[in-house]
Amino acid sequence: MALILNEEARMVRDTALEFFRERSPIVALRKLRDDNDPDGFDRALWRQMAELGWTGFLVSEDHGGSAFGLTGLGQVMEAAGRTLAATPLLSTALIGASLLELAGTPDQKDEHLPPLVAGERIFALALEETARHAPLTTTTRADSAHRITGTKRFVLDGHIADYLIVAASDGLFLVDANARGVTRTRTIMVDSRNAAIVHFDNAQAEPLGSLSHLETVLDRARACLAAEMLGSSSEAFDRTVQYLKDRKQFGVQIGTFQALKHRAAQMFCEIEVTRSAVTAALSALDENANDAAALCSLAKAKANDTIFLCGNEGVQMHGGIGMTDEHEIGFFLKRARVAQATFGDSAFHRDRYAALMGY
Amino acid sequence: MTTPTTFRAETRAWLEENCPPAMRTRMPEEEQVAGGKRAEYIRPEQKIWLDRMAAKGWTAPTWPKKYGGGGLTAEEALILDEEMQDLGCRAPLRGMGLSMLGPTLLEYGTEEQRQTHLPKIISGEIRWCQGYSEPGSGSDLASLSTRAVLQGEHFLVNGHKIWTSNAHLSDWIFCLVRTDPTVKKHDGISFLLIDMDDPGVRPRPIKLISGKSVFCETFFENVQVPASHLVGQLNKGWTIAKRLLEHERKGIGGIGARQQAKFELPPEAVAKMHVGEIDGRIADPVIRDHIAAYSIDAHAFQLTRRRAAEEAESGAPPGPLSAMFKYYATELNKRRYEMLLEGEGFQGLGWEGEGFSEDELRFTREWLRSKANSIEGGTSEIQLNIIAKRVLGLPD
Repeated sequence: MALILNEEARMVRDTALEFFRERSPIVALRKLRDDNDPDGFDRALWRQMAELGWTGFLVSEDHGGSAFGLTGLGQVMEAAGRTLAATPLLSTALIGASLLELAGTPDQKDEHLPPLVAGERIFALALEETARHAPLTTTTRADSAHRITGTKRFVLDGHIADYLIVAASDGLFLVDANARGVTRTRTIMVDSRNAAIVHFDNAQAEPLGSLSHLETVLDRARACLAAEMLGSSSEAFDRTVQYLKDRKQFGVQIGTFQALKHRAAQMFCEIEVTRSAVTAALSALDENANDAAALCSLAKAKANDTIFLCGNEGVQMHGGIGMTDEHEIGFFLKRARVAQATFGDSAFHRDRYAALMGY
Repeated sequence: MTTPTTFRAETRAWLEENCPPAMRTRMPEEEQVAGGKRAEYIRPEQKIWLDRMAAKGWTAPTWPKKYGGGGLTAEEALILDEEMQDLGCRAPLRGMGLSMLGPTLLEYGTEEQRQTHLPKIISGEIRWCQGYSEPGSGSDLASLSTRAVLQGEHFLVNGHKIWTSNAHLSDWIFCLVRTDPTVKKHDGISFLLIDMDDPGVRPRPIKLISGKSVFCETFFENVQVPASHLVGQLNKGWTIAKRLLEHERKGIGGIGARQQAKFELPPEAVAKMHVGEIDGRIADPVIRDHIAAYSIDAHAFQLTRRRAAEEAESGAPPGPLSAMFKYYATELNKRRYEMLLEGEGFQGLGWEGEGFSEDELRFTREWLRSKANSIEGGTSEIQLNIIAKRVLGLPD
């Protein structure tokens, strides 16, 4: 397992940091929100990301990808997290690409992977049915003719997807999002990112392998989401430390106060420890290591706690200005809550980690 | 030049042949070897193991051979450490000479000071202790007032040090002393080596909450110290003092990297024993959740330590990570003992005598001892100040 980045991964990171800083700063997310943008993301930006090859990081060369791996995609996700960029990286470049690669038939791969890599086709995983992450409890089912019935919620990028990948009780299924019997309702989320409730009423589907691939792909999603959350935590933290240096009260910079210094130093420690966990998880996934599952739960649990800390302390240390919509620090707090709940909150991952560790 | 693979194989073979089986068992605290003129060896194997390792210079693996050290590269030293861990070998020798003074003399000492002191540290012949804190100077260490006046060829030392760990068992003490009281507090401090044979040096053990007396206070009354025992320049001791503190913090921060980890009882095993288990899980879900939260932090910290080592190996300059080790490791170690006691329930409350196992009584004492981790060598609050200032650049 490698805990420091190689030259190639560092180059991806640097390119991605510059890309999101220039093309998708937080004002872009604010604009999508304030304009009630029907897509909730920028299609032109997504095509540029495809041109940079990021959509193909988990796709084999046969289908137009580079198979660069999870560590590489994690760097892009971390950079996206710094500017809270709203893109289908998680739903499509990670989950869609992974499930098609791992579970798809040769025909399905030929049909779907090239347009996915080109940035022309969006996928969404229809997984959750209850109010919290519970990947193994599904009441959605398919009949003998592969017609799906059930209701899925918190489907990330659900309303913009071209295809839905449905976790049903007897396997994974691929459904044309515009097929008869599919009803999608966009839900407006606190973080201004995309999610939907999707009803399936005898919707025609095709099988996409067994549920056994789901856990592998969820772990990939957890590790990469943890990378995104690490980016968001770091950015919220950097902005807060800068504010401690800029803001004056009682005639001095508020960063001179020990009550704030110590909490800032504690945030620094948590971010560094989280970075180690995230890098280890990504590296373990790339190497198919035996402890990859435990490391993914470790990374997500730490990323959850750290983004919670940095989001809340960020607002608190900014004081009154942190409560305003005009200031950007609040966007991090809002994103933190949603990211924490996605693919397992800390309680979920502590339970899973303990079980994997044999207690 | 030996390749790492060859070095590993040779090291393994040598350890298997030379480490006595009795030295491949869990080391109780009272069997730690710290050397010195007053050293007592409960088992003969302790001395055999020390002498064999010292002869190879492997009590100080990376120190130069000309002083009796092992002359190993950082990578070779890591391999030696890994092989010792794997075989469960005890550390043959520990102490402040090895962990703090030696590295400081290698950087700041004169050739004569190195020749005099390093070989005796490596062999375990001389035991050192640390004269830093004073009753009036804890976190504000630089305010120290133990006075050393240069009179011709000697310093005359008078003062009172405290938390001088194991001073009553030590032969020499490295001390911070005030040599100029008229200038700013950081600019009048010197670093002095003092032979404790002098009758004017009187250590007195202090009984602690754990019931043990590893710490002392040490009095200095008209102690004559040869001027040649000054390390570095007169009144420039603060720089050396801080450097030595870095070595000390690295050592305390190393708590998480447990030597002899293979003999340790993890909190989850203790909880299973006392709380019971259902389908392989700790029966109480709340205690289980607490332990998982602790273990996740401990695991992530262990990965951070590895990341720092990889960064160092790659030749990158020492990053900001080292500043957090002492703080994070000691807070984690305290939590670890809280988890052990939480899992043990009533069995974690024994002080001595019947009704408790050896491990249970040990954990009680170690739990109390662990509270010093975040005080000694600079409190957690001081560590957070350092991170805020040096890493985050927050203003004073």
